[in-house]
Amino acid sequence: MESVQRQNVMLPSPYRVHRVHRETEDTFTLELTGKDGAAPSEFIPGQFNMLYAFGIGEVPISISGRSESSGGWLQTIREVGTVTRALHRMKRGGVLGLRGPFGTGWPIEEAQGNDIVFMAGGIGLAPLRPALHVVQSKRDQFGEVVLLYGARTPESLLFEKERELWRAKFGVQVKVTVDAAGREWKRNVGVVTSLVERTSFDPDHTVAFICGPEVMMRFSVAELKQSGIPEDKIYISMERNMKCAVGFCGHCQFGPTFICKDGPVFRYDRIRRFLAVREI
Amino acid sequence: METLEPILSKHPFFKGLDKAYLELVTGCAKNVRFDAGQFIFRQHEDADVFYIIRQGKVALELSPPGRAPVTLQTINEEEILGWAWLVPPYHWRCDAQALELTRAIAFDGKCLRNKCMEDHSLGFELLNRLLPVIGKRMEATQLQLMDVYGAKK
Repeated sequence: MESVQRQNVMLPSPYRVHRVHRETEDTFTLELTGKDGAAPSEFIPGQFNMLYAFGIGEVPISISGRSESSGGWLQTIREVGTVTRALHRMKRGGVLGLRGPFGTGWPIEEAQGNDIVFMAGGIGLAPLRPALHVVQSKRDQFGEVVLLYGARTPESLLFEKERELWRAKFGVQVKVTVDAAGREWKRNVGVVTSLVERTSFDPDHTVAFICGPEVMMRFSVAELKQSGIPEDKIYISMERNMKCAVGFCGHCQFGPTFICKDGPVFRYDRIRRFLAVREI
Repeated sequence: METLEPILSKHPFFKGLDKAYLELVTGCAKNVRFDAGQFIFRQHEDADVFYIIRQGKVALELSPPGRAPVTLQTINEEEILGWAWLVPPYHWRCDAQALELTRAIAFDGKCLRNKCMEDHSLGFELLNRLLPVIGKRMEATQLQLMDVYGAKK
């Protein structure tokens, strides 16, 4: 029986590309529905799917939201390799294979009644976006809501309209910075960590969610700790070479855990010691 | 006449500074303003002043020959602008340009530098406050150099 379940969980289901949204030059969002057009199942913000470009390969991609019109899953993808390049070429009506959703999500309930800091780097805003949607829908259940977002250049910033909506309509403190810019950019330049001290929240009653490149998350944790947020209130979304997505293959083993099964969202103090091990 | 001392005493940069030193620093301070687009200092010029930004935003820029200027960092309200006044050879390492109307408190760095030479305790106090600013900028530069959002190589 167990082997049948394992077999099933490894078998991709066909999903249809309902729409393709171009986000930036190398980043796009696929809106995916069932092959018959049906809306896919529920997911927990922070979870990921394995997307399979037929005949090419499979990649783990975090779910970045749900389409209001079709109900389809949104998968925001940056073109960085063979599979994501193939996914980038997909058009409306195309079919891909999908397994999921997998993994743990952001513990949004824990943040209720507290301030909440979202810290995103680059495409790391995508896995945080559905959590922001939940907070947006229950805005009165949270104190200060802060989004600190860093990207490489102004051109690579994601979800501009939505960031403006969060700021203007939902009272989210949205602060954005880029690592480098020309003179035409009149907003913040500098690393995302520099935004922490420009932000107001109550560190004793704040939960922080961080997603981005690992090195960015390490520096971000250090900055948030310095601002007074305890380690057990900081959550990070880890990324490793995930293959099976269910803890069978061991590709994403991280110390005693598997990123795919026990993560990708971890409480920082529970994995801190493994982050310092260069060989992992 | 009202002095800047009450403002400076509340600023994190001067937190805990001995009152006599605070009075001395206040004596070297004045309010200044810069219009949007105005250069506050330029690379290689003498660095004889430093600022606490009270309002506005300042871009630190490099202008490599034959290439468009690049903004390295922006300095916002309550932050310190300028550390080269206390580090030989006392020349600015980049350009600083106001991105919007910017109000600041300017300090006579040359005067303070000389006072620091005479009174090493004052020098220690100021260096102790300035080194974290320099350290943070260096750490930020390291992160920028790593190009963490770029494609993995």
